[in-house]
Amino acid sequence: MSYSIVAMGTSWGGLAALTKLLAGLPADFRLPVVLVQHRGKDSEGLLGELLQDATPLQVCEAEDKVSLTPGVVYVAPANYHVLIEQGYLSLSIEEPVRFSRPSIDVMFASAADTYLSATIGVVLTGANEDGSRGLAQIAARGGKALVQDPKTAEIPIMPSAAIKAVPSAEVLPLERLAPRLLELSQEPTSARVRRAV
Amino acid sequence: MAVPIAAGPGTGGDLDGQSFKPDLERIEIELLLEGIFRHYGFDFRSYAYASIRRRLWKRIEEEGLSSVSALQEKVLHEPEMMEKLLLDLSINVTAMFRDPGFYQTFREHVVPLLRTYPFIRIWHAGCSTGEEVYSMAILLREEGLYERARIYATDINEVVLQRAKAGIFPLERMQEYTENYIRAGGKRSFSEYYTAKYGGALFDQSLTKNVVFSQHNLVTDRSFSEFNVILCRNVLIYFDKTLQSKVHGLFYDSLAMFGVLVLGSKETLRFMAHEDCYQQIAPPEKIFRKVR
Ligand SMILES: C[S@@+](CC[C@H](N)C(=O)[O-])C[C@H]1O[C@@H](n2cnc3c(N)ncnc32)[C@H](O)[C@@H]1O
Repeated sequence: MSYSIVAMGTSWGGLAALTKLLAGLPADFRLPVVLVQHRGKDSEGLLGELLQDATPLQVCEAEDKVSLTPGVVYVAPANYHVLIEQGYLSLSIEEPVRFSRPSIDVMFASAADTYLSATIGVVLTGANEDGSRGLAQIAARGGKALVQDPKTAEIPIMPSAAIKAVPSAEVLPLERLAPRLLELSQEPTSARVRRAV
Repeated sequence: MAVPIAAGPGTGGDLDGQSFKPDLERIEIELLLEGIFRHYGFDFRSYAYASIRRRLWKRIEEEGLSSVSALQEKVLHEPEMMEKLLLDLSINVTAMFRDPGFYQTFREHVVPLLRTYPFIRIWHAGCSTGEEVYSMAILLREEGLYERARIYATDINEVVLQRAKAGIFPLERMQEYTENYIRAGGKRSFSEYYTAKYGGALFDQSLTKNVVFSQHNLVTDRSFSEFNVILCRNVLIYFDKTLQSKVHGLFYDSLAMFGVLVLGSKETLRFMAHEDCYQQIAPPEKIFRKVR
């Protein structure tokens, strides 16, 4: 089995980091990317538009029950949690988790529980600890944990917390993340199977 | 059970990667939901899976249990456990004038249509604790339409309906609601609509003069009238696609020709059999007009 999905989370400093990272992915990237970026509860689709200008991938705001398509970046809408189901997304307005809605932990955990070891979790710059529990869940289910090197992060709190929660995570400088994601997305089936054994 | 430190609340499952068997867990969850339906009559079988699973695990962890099957034994034999679980499964989060842009657009594009009717029937499906209903009542009053409107506000959950009837909302949220109200195009001072009482904000009781609160289950109950407007926001997101489609059939049958259907701001009619029966008014708001 190869990787099926990329789950990505960030808060403070996220826009600049995402712009760089997503610019580095090719138009034919073969995995769907689900993205939670903390922001004001009334900010409309602006984030999606800014990211769209930066990347050859298609960027859209996640709507309820939208199907997951390879090479599309789904941005969690403000004020909703995003849950990953087999092949599509569901939204929820239940209470914020650790003060966040959307919550990175909630999205990551649902990715881990649905896609198991076929999940890649990525934690970028941020000023709180959201994402660390979810990333641990991804690692525990056999998925891949990637974290932006806190030294290259605008605010190191979020990536540092993620590394603490998942000591086995691969820690990479921002500019190395896109190439690494591309590599992982192309990883041949056999290599993954061998490693899982 | 060793509490998995890494798992967020409700993320569920044994964190030892090797022993998590998602297919088996799915069987357990389907059996539990089937059992709840047959024994208690609550039908959660077609609710969105990831969300149901998350809520179930929240209860499992709080009870110190370690599997869905263990929860099933308790739920089926102890009605008190079913009651607890019902509260877990029902997500009643709501707010006054949530998505102010929607109310603004409703004023601009739907109110003119409603003015042409001598009498207006509105259905709030899944109204939770009623904040949305009071918001609509305020809007209709300010537009001079309240007196000819009748609002049916329904929910599956009796507890929230009682709270909706009482019309007392947390004082600490009034600042947020006031901001929403202004951005929603409110025409007066929001504080005119409530008084601080009983430790909360008690809303003007005349706002519910034309409101009927009643229990209605979208999954199992039928259409009960014909409406000019149906609002069902942030309810269908908890259903799977098949159930969404079935409930859209119910809405279609309950809506007068040229009536208006309102969904939550991140919901869509795409892929639904009834998509072609509606025209979206003023996108991106999810306001649809029944045209065939
Ligand atoms: C998240 S609240 C939405 C409240 C409000 N419409 C809003 O958007 O703010 C969802 C509501 O749907 C209700 N609900 C869930 N399943 C239902 C069903 N089968 N029939 C009727 N209401 C249901 C829940 O009890 C809950 O109050």
